[in-house]
Amino acid sequence: MALIKFTSKGIYCPKGDFYIDPWKPVHLAVTTHGHADHVKTGNQAYLCHELTKPILLQRLGLDLKIQTLAYGEQLQINGVNVSLFPAGHVIGSAQVRLAYKGEIYVVSGDYKVVYDGISTAFEPVKCHTFVSESTFGLPIYNWLPQQQVFDQISNWLSENWLQKKTSILTAYSLGKAQRLIKGLSGTGRKLYVHSAIANLNEAFIKAGVDLPETIRISPEISKSELQEGIVIVPPAVAEGRWIKSLMHPVTGVCSGWMQVRAARRWRGSDAGFALSDHADWPGLLSAIQATEAEKVYVTHGYTAIFAKYLNEIGIAAEEVKTQYGIEDEEVIH
Amino acid sequence: MKRFTELIAQLESSNKTNDKLAALVAYFNEAEDQDKPYVIAMFTGKRPKRPVGTALLKEWAIEKSGIAAWLFTESYHHVGDLSETIALILPPPKQVSDLQLNEWIKALSALNGQDDASKKHFITNSWDSLEIPERFVFNKLISGNFRIGISGKMLVNALARQSNIPANQIMHSIMGNWNPEEITYKELLAGAHVNTDNSWPYPFCLAYALDQEPASLGAIQDWQAEWKWDGIRGQIVKRGGELFIWSRGEELVTDQFPELHFLREILPDGTVLDGEILAIKAGKILPFSLLQQRLNRKTIAKSQLENVPVGFYCYDLLEYHGKDQREATLNNRRKNLVQLIAGIPEQEMLLLSPVITAKTWAELGALRADSRAMNSEGLMLKKLDSLYHSGRKRGDWWKWKINPYTVDAVMIYAQKGSGRRAGFFTDYTFAVRDGDQLITIAKAYSGLTDAEIKEVDAFVKKNAIEKFGPVRTVKPILVFEIAFEGIAESKRHKAGLALRFPRISRWRKDKKAEEINTLTDLRQLLNSTL
Repeated sequence: MALIKFTSKGIYCPKGDFYIDPWKPVHLAVTTHGHADHVKTGNQAYLCHELTKPILLQRLGLDLKIQTLAYGEQLQINGVNVSLFPAGHVIGSAQVRLAYKGEIYVVSGDYKVVYDGISTAFEPVKCHTFVSESTFGLPIYNWLPQQQVFDQISNWLSENWLQKKTSILTAYSLGKAQRLIKGLSGTGRKLYVHSAIANLNEAFIKAGVDLPETIRISPEISKSELQEGIVIVPPAVAEGRWIKSLMHPVTGVCSGWMQVRAARRWRGSDAGFALSDHADWPGLLSAIQATEAEKVYVTHGYTAIFAKYLNEIGIAAEEVKTQYGIEDEEVIH
Repeated sequence: MKRFTELIAQLESSNKTNDKLAALVAYFNEAEDQDKPYVIAMFTGKRPKRPVGTALLKEWAIEKSGIAAWLFTESYHHVGDLSETIALILPPPKQVSDLQLNEWIKALSALNGQDDASKKHFITNSWDSLEIPERFVFNKLISGNFRIGISGKMLVNALARQSNIPANQIMHSIMGNWNPEEITYKELLAGAHVNTDNSWPYPFCLAYALDQEPASLGAIQDWQAEWKWDGIRGQIVKRGGELFIWSRGEELVTDQFPELHFLREILPDGTVLDGEILAIKAGKILPFSLLQQRLNRKTIAKSQLENVPVGFYCYDLLEYHGKDQREATLNNRRKNLVQLIAGIPEQEMLLLSPVITAKTWAELGALRADSRAMNSEGLMLKKLDSLYHSGRKRGDWWKWKINPYTVDAVMIYAQKGSGRRAGFFTDYTFAVRDGDQLITIAKAYSGLTDAEIKEVDAFVKKNAIEKFGPVRTVKPILVFEIAFEGIAESKRHKAGLALRFPRISRWRKDKKAEEINTLTDLRQLLNSTL
């Protein structure tokens, strides 16, 4: 009997009787990370990495039943050995390793293989069966080294300051925002963040994460102060009226989709930076090869293409329909 | 090459004319002088001979990237641009070249006539020595086809601002006969190779669409009514023995219409005519779709000259005996125009656009209803005492167009767009009802707002039934009103008829697929126009 099943509620482990990142309420949700497409409200209990707990409390409410694990720590659930390993996607993101009678499965959630300076670095885990995302599963996606992307962003910022323009960077509150804050703390300019980001930052700092100083955006901060600093907001805010009221606002979108010109132009933003929290094509392939898995299930992204390619290079792969990646869809659209 | 690549990125990152203009001005201030004539040539469609075809480029890119052909094709569908797909899919460069743009262009043009092996050697080595953005530009240099939304006019304005030379003069200079290898930027802008003095056109006087009852314009006797022809507004300038034809876009199109070159001999010097460039055969005005085949061609086939001859219908006289007429009333200009045309030998290509006489607005309205029968778009109403204004001025000139035809149809296929809208389902195929079947009648990709496109895109992703490459069959649910300008019989289409200029006029969210039009409705319309 397979250790996991793909059901209408999510990825299910029949032996252990729990779900991983379910999209419908269940009694126990093992949670890979805190993005909205991977964790829903209404579950009776959650199991996640200790740094994902503050995110869940912040986002889903304080009355949750949450059990946490450190990376590498093991827990038996109905005889199934469950442990978490760093996925490198965002702070607290984890791959879920399941072991039962010598059979090992890894459900990776979302991951990236390069270290982003803030999330615990991805760690390949050997297994028989691997469940992989494929958000950027096309060979056109090859990320530049992070430092080069930050150089691009810094050049853009310098040009904006010179021309008295207000720089607005859009980034997910969880993940991309902290990565930007860390990466841009060396500019010496003040970092102004939207309250959705500020709330998460506070939760992280309380949980012991070392984050550079940021300022929560409030009406007291003058527009010229914002112009001289860096404004970081979630994508949904970027099109709002508040942004338009700033001094010569220019927006830069930080997302892997920005690799393609059409996506950059479509967003109508002033600049696009291909900075992603997902693995690029070579990243996906190297991660999968490192697991030495005999079977790969391909979830959200270019599932059909990526699965077909894996089969061609001799890795048995199958595409699986899930409800993950919806948030990413919003990034492009 | 780096600076030019930066320009391309800037031009692409904004839709605002001012930003683009500023980027162009900055480029022409900063770029290498030798590069500039090449850039002007490129942006005005002066394309060098293409040294390598797309099939070979694709083959070499697939080989070099080491991926399967199907995977390359999938990537291409996602990116929507071959040059960009190649740039992204190749391995990173080994070393970076600092050749200038003009050197790259010369090296590419030197490939013509060489064998495929040498071409491949050069192209693949070049790919290896360029970063992704430069590689993309390099690939575009091969095709010579940059679609970045730079009109000739915008380029001219940028050059004018950068050089302080009047825009009209620059337009004439860059439309002239020159070769980027043989001319400097300075010489080119100064018009060293052309005589720009004779060509000046006047700014066109434009009309607003009539948004009120014509009766509210006052007495019909104060107005001149003409057909609104569906061609290209133009100006014919004859001065100092030279003839120039300008289009409404303020582009020189003299070379495109050799049928009108005889006017050099016939028109007196110091004459400027405002009118419409039209396809005219045996005295009958042909539809715009035929005229279109004649536009923007480097060479014109003999058969095209025979099948779609081009003439000019005169509306107005802007210069007469070397004198600017724009301060004269329309009444007087028209008199002089009639006299001028009467004074030249009779022929079929330069004609007066007739004035339509009617005693009442109602009578005129009835005549307007027949516009389509003569391939006209409706009527123009011009006040007899109006002067010839520069640009649009409310009140003196009105266009009173007839409404387009419309049909309610349901979307059955969707395809991803390319360019700016790559990755989104933006090209739709529509069907009407034929008994209990749906039959396709039109494909359209314009007319929706970005927000609506996003909504349709989400619908397509949720409601796709089948997949044929980039095309999705979708459940027939979404109803759109399709506007079109004409209908014709067609053996090539299953429906047996084809719509002219179909476009989405609005999304009928209020209608269900059961309520769409039928093929019989369209056949009846077709019969009524024959």
